[in-house]
Amino acid sequence: MATTRPPLVHHRRHATPLYGVIAEFEGPADLVHAARKTYEAGYRRINGYSPYPIEELSEAIGFTHTRLPLIVFIGGVVGALAGYFMQYYIEVIDYPLNVGGKPYNSWPAFIPITFEMTVLFAAFSAVLGMLVLNKLPQPYHPVFNAPNFAMATRDRFFLAVEANDPQFEHDRVVELLKSLGAIEVNDVEV
Amino acid sequence: MSTSFNPQPANTFRNRAFIAGGVLLLVLVALAFLDSHQFFQAYLVGWTFWTGIAVGSLALLMLQHMTGGGWGFVIRRVLEASTRTLPIMALLFIPIILGAHSIYEWTHQEVLEQHPVVAFKTPYLNLTFFIVRAVVYFAVWIALAFFLNRWSLAQDRTADVRYTKNMRVLSGPGMIALIFTITFASVDWYMSLEPEWYSTIYGFIFVASWSLSALAFVIAVMAWLIQEEPLSRVVAPLHFHDLGKLLLALVMLWSYFAFSQYLIIWSGNLPEEIGYYLERTHGLWGAVIIAIGILHFAAPFLFLLSRELKRNPRRLVMVALLVLVMRMIDLLWMLVPAFHEHRWIWLDVIALLGFGGLWLGLFAWQLAKRPLIPINDPQFESVMATDVHR
Repeated sequence: MATTRPPLVHHRRHATPLYGVIAEFEGPADLVHAARKTYEAGYRRINGYSPYPIEELSEAIGFTHTRLPLIVFIGGVVGALAGYFMQYYIEVIDYPLNVGGKPYNSWPAFIPITFEMTVLFAAFSAVLGMLVLNKLPQPYHPVFNAPNFAMATRDRFFLAVEANDPQFEHDRVVELLKSLGAIEVNDVEV
Repeated sequence: MSTSFNPQPANTFRNRAFIAGGVLLLVLVALAFLDSHQFFQAYLVGWTFWTGIAVGSLALLMLQHMTGGGWGFVIRRVLEASTRTLPIMALLFIPIILGAHSIYEWTHQEVLEQHPVVAFKTPYLNLTFFIVRAVVYFAVWIALAFFLNRWSLAQDRTADVRYTKNMRVLSGPGMIALIFTITFASVDWYMSLEPEWYSTIYGFIFVASWSLSALAFVIAVMAWLIQEEPLSRVVAPLHFHDLGKLLLALVMLWSYFAFSQYLIIWSGNLPEEIGYYLERTHGLWGAVIIAIGILHFAAPFLFLLSRELKRNPRRLVMVALLVLVMRMIDLLWMLVPAFHEHRWIWLDVIALLGFGGLWLGLFAWQLAKRPLIPINDPQFESVMATDVHR
């Protein structure tokens, strides 16, 4: 098989700065398979793009840990404390009101707002933390230079190997991706 | 692949559970000669906890029929076995009727004379109607359990997809019927222990409690079953992750209902309502409710936030067992202060453990009767294709 393979189309002679190489796949299973094999081949700076979330994909490209849960947890704790002490400040320090003869610091009455503030802060931390960790918003990203990349929002699946991967060697990456069933492999300029 | 499992460990467990439960229940019956009132009260406590797991299993069984998913597929036979204990638990309700006079104040003529509010409730709270209603609750539960078990077994034999549809169609209305019957049952059997007191969220506390007990129990059983074939080849961390998430949701649901009731009664501070909490937040019971707040809510909540813990059956089962123990303690906290006389709490503990042995024996006996995997379920292929390490 290897001897009958047609010569590679994309030989890079002029060194325009390269973001990486992107391969186009027809289905989610092809993409996950290719991502797994690429990761196994030792590439680490790889990324997958698909029209909808694919559960296995993040694990296939080696993205198994995220700090987002910790950020959300801290957000929740801050929200809980802020919620409780806001009410404590109002009810006990700033403007004490006798409600039904109950103590000023009536913790059961403070729980609903404390709970809501926990949820609110945790939710905001989740959204903002996600944006920060993803470095969003990002007005420009080289991957959009790839031909056909608009199809990533419809019915095409892409796998990019970035040029700053320590193992990156242009021709070998192109060959690997083609051997993994890519229907097209293109260079992506920065 | 074998779909049935080696029933030997289940049979050994069954025999030991029956012996332990039988001995403890005999001790309990012997103690009935010392104080028959306390015997019946303790009987109610012990019977309730384990029947609650069976009824909660019915709720989870119908839930998974409606939602589908791998987590439901792998626990289905455990849930079904648990619901098949219901007919015997229904028979064991008869002593509660016989001992109603020792348990329920509203059966006493002098109480009705002294308390007009209770007397006003007698069109509902009278022994005849109490029995009729109990028969209706058990009829609904046993009918639901009967059809879901029968169709599940029929599908194993005939591979007919129609049964999946039948079970789904029954589960929707069945869930509504179940929640109504649990609500009324908890009012009849537990809220009426203090016949002047009432709370509209009481039924939901029991719906959440029983589902939570059932889920914690199922997680414990699954952690035991995955040590051997066939489930060791099927159940993945992914499934425990889902069960852990559901456990977290039910812990929060229970906390939400239980705290809502407290918040409203505490805010209103009305004489006919607040007594419930005065008894339960002072002295020994006051210490117990703090322990419940920490060990039934805060600790499981914080532990279950961890993804790693939920995916690790050995750690998840520790949280599930903690929840089960705290469910028992919470049940004691809810019911025992309602019995006004001086109490021997160890009688309730003997009843909880005795019924535990008996019920676990029944469960193990039923579990060993059928394959642990519903082999002709339409989800079979997709669940079997799941990587067990995911």
